[in-house]
Amino acid sequence: MIRRLFIANRGEIALRIIRTARRMGIVTILGASEADRQSLPAHLADEVVIVGPSPSSRSYLSIEAVIAAARAAGADAIHPGYGFLSENAAFARAAAEAGIVFVGPDVASLEAMGDKLMARRVAIDAGLPVVPGGEAATRQEARSRVAEVGYPVLLKAVSGGGGRGMKRVDREADLDASIDMAMSEAQAAFGDARIYVERFIGRGRHVEVQILGDGATAIHLGTRDCSIQRRFQKLVEEAPAPGIPDSQHQALLDAAVRLARHLAYRGAGTVEFLVDADSFDFYFLEMNARIQVEHPVTEAVTGVDLIEQQLLIADGQPLGLDQAAATPRGHAIEVRINAEDWRADFRPSAGRVSRAAWPAGEHIRVDTHIASGGEVPPFYDSLLGKLIVSGASRAEAVARLSAALAQLRIEGVSTTTELHRLIAADPRFVRGGVDTRFFEGLAHG
Amino acid sequence: MSNTLPLTPDDVATIVAILDGSAYDRLEVNTGRFILKVVREGAGWTQEWDWTASAVVTGAAILGVEAVEAEQDPRSLIRAPLPGIFYRAPAPGAPPFVEIGDRVAPDSVIGIIETMKLMNPVHAGMTGVVEAFLVDNSAMVANGEGLIVVVEDVVEEGG
Repeated sequence: MIRRLFIANRGEIALRIIRTARRMGIVTILGASEADRQSLPAHLADEVVIVGPSPSSRSYLSIEAVIAAARAAGADAIHPGYGFLSENAAFARAAAEAGIVFVGPDVASLEAMGDKLMARRVAIDAGLPVVPGGEAATRQEARSRVAEVGYPVLLKAVSGGGGRGMKRVDREADLDASIDMAMSEAQAAFGDARIYVERFIGRGRHVEVQILGDGATAIHLGTRDCSIQRRFQKLVEEAPAPGIPDSQHQALLDAAVRLARHLAYRGAGTVEFLVDADSFDFYFLEMNARIQVEHPVTEAVTGVDLIEQQLLIADGQPLGLDQAAATPRGHAIEVRINAEDWRADFRPSAGRVSRAAWPAGEHIRVDTHIASGGEVPPFYDSLLGKLIVSGASRAEAVARLSAALAQLRIEGVSTTTELHRLIAADPRFVRGGVDTRFFEGLAHG
Repeated sequence: MSNTLPLTPDDVATIVAILDGSAYDRLEVNTGRFILKVVREGAGWTQEWDWTASAVVTGAAILGVEAVEAEQDPRSLIRAPLPGIFYRAPAPGAPPFVEIGDRVAPDSVIGIIETMKLMNPVHAGMTGVVEAFLVDNSAMVANGEGLIVVVEDVVEEGG
């Protein structure tokens, strides 16, 4: 039994984990950095241990510091949240060596999904479709990959992530220069010049499947559509993915479950797919072996507490849900309210939030660590909170989103609230099923 | 740090549902740990939390305990749990809840504070004898303001 849970994270997800752990009768110990000493999660956790100074490299990202703090606190389990050390196999191993349960998948699953190329190989083994493409270490190799794949192609760093260094090439004339640039950027950013060449899908949608597994079996909890992104960072997420024909939608779900079973996956995970917005053909992209920022939309339509499921599975219990019990109903949409000046190229806006009036009421959920007077330290990501609305239908959820956004007031820092009002009013979004280029076509008012 | 989480999101939704069916446009809950304002905004509602008092209040409470221990002063204050108008009696003309010399227990109601047209009972929160009133009937009081001086019973150690 997990009795003392160490939370190796901060912000809204730390608070989210505290809530569920508290309900389950588990003592919560927050590992906070110096900058987060006065944060809301630090106020509300049962115990607080300072893991290190404010920069995350010396606190939230330091395996040594986090494990030492968890040991000192007498924790019997660690929840890593998302980001930071959540998918770090060395961290999971260090926890196990310290005799502390890692609330996440087995080290083998983390390793299999942590590397894009290995993830792709495993997905092919499990029978999942992948985007045509392959790795290249030299210009010559890259050229022959392009010849196999066909234009347009996307070049990306093998060691990269979060969309950095991606390049689209439409014609032969631009190829050599683009390959050289992609390789030198990859070398500079990641110390690894290898690039990955793949077919560029013109109108693609980002659709993912939430799965839960206990090592013996796995189920899905439906799809989420995260196509509204800017520079590959998600802004809006919804469940289920709208406007996909039933047969293709079911095929996506089946593929995700097949991968989870192939891995004998233990815990909560997300299988991401690129879906062609015209043909609805889909391709495996990657699997995130952790809880996702956008997990609340799945919770809203299934009624399942995913953090609770993670803790139960980490505790060694068999999955207490069957596929029928996890069937989504209705529709939910989440928007990320970030401390960013979106008109000034999304420049982060740290500081003190003088007032935070979040929407309230039925069908509205707000996951945030920011109250009036709260601090947004300059050291971490800009997420202030997430507004989640639900409805019996997508139209109802969209209407509630607009109404809730009209009420949201955050003062003291710049936020993405107004951007989300524009998105919610955009006819393409209201219609549903937009592709990942949505943001380029947004009327900037 | 605390042992209890405040209202859950479901609790807030319930409060909103109750208010929505009423004529009230605003509710402010001030517990000393946090302030929650639930306000009607057009067709919907907002929730505004403020925890900044929390650290200050904790500090003050610790200082208060130390001061009492140092002086061995058995007198304590019953403070206003929220701002509003303080009434000593349940209705105009009715006898006061407590008089000087009365014994109070933690559950005893010593007055009411009217805030935004809501009547909130004020509990003694301690055991002892009423020594003095610091505010008059129907006076405006601030959050945390001292209302009544109580000579607290001495609690025997090791009991």
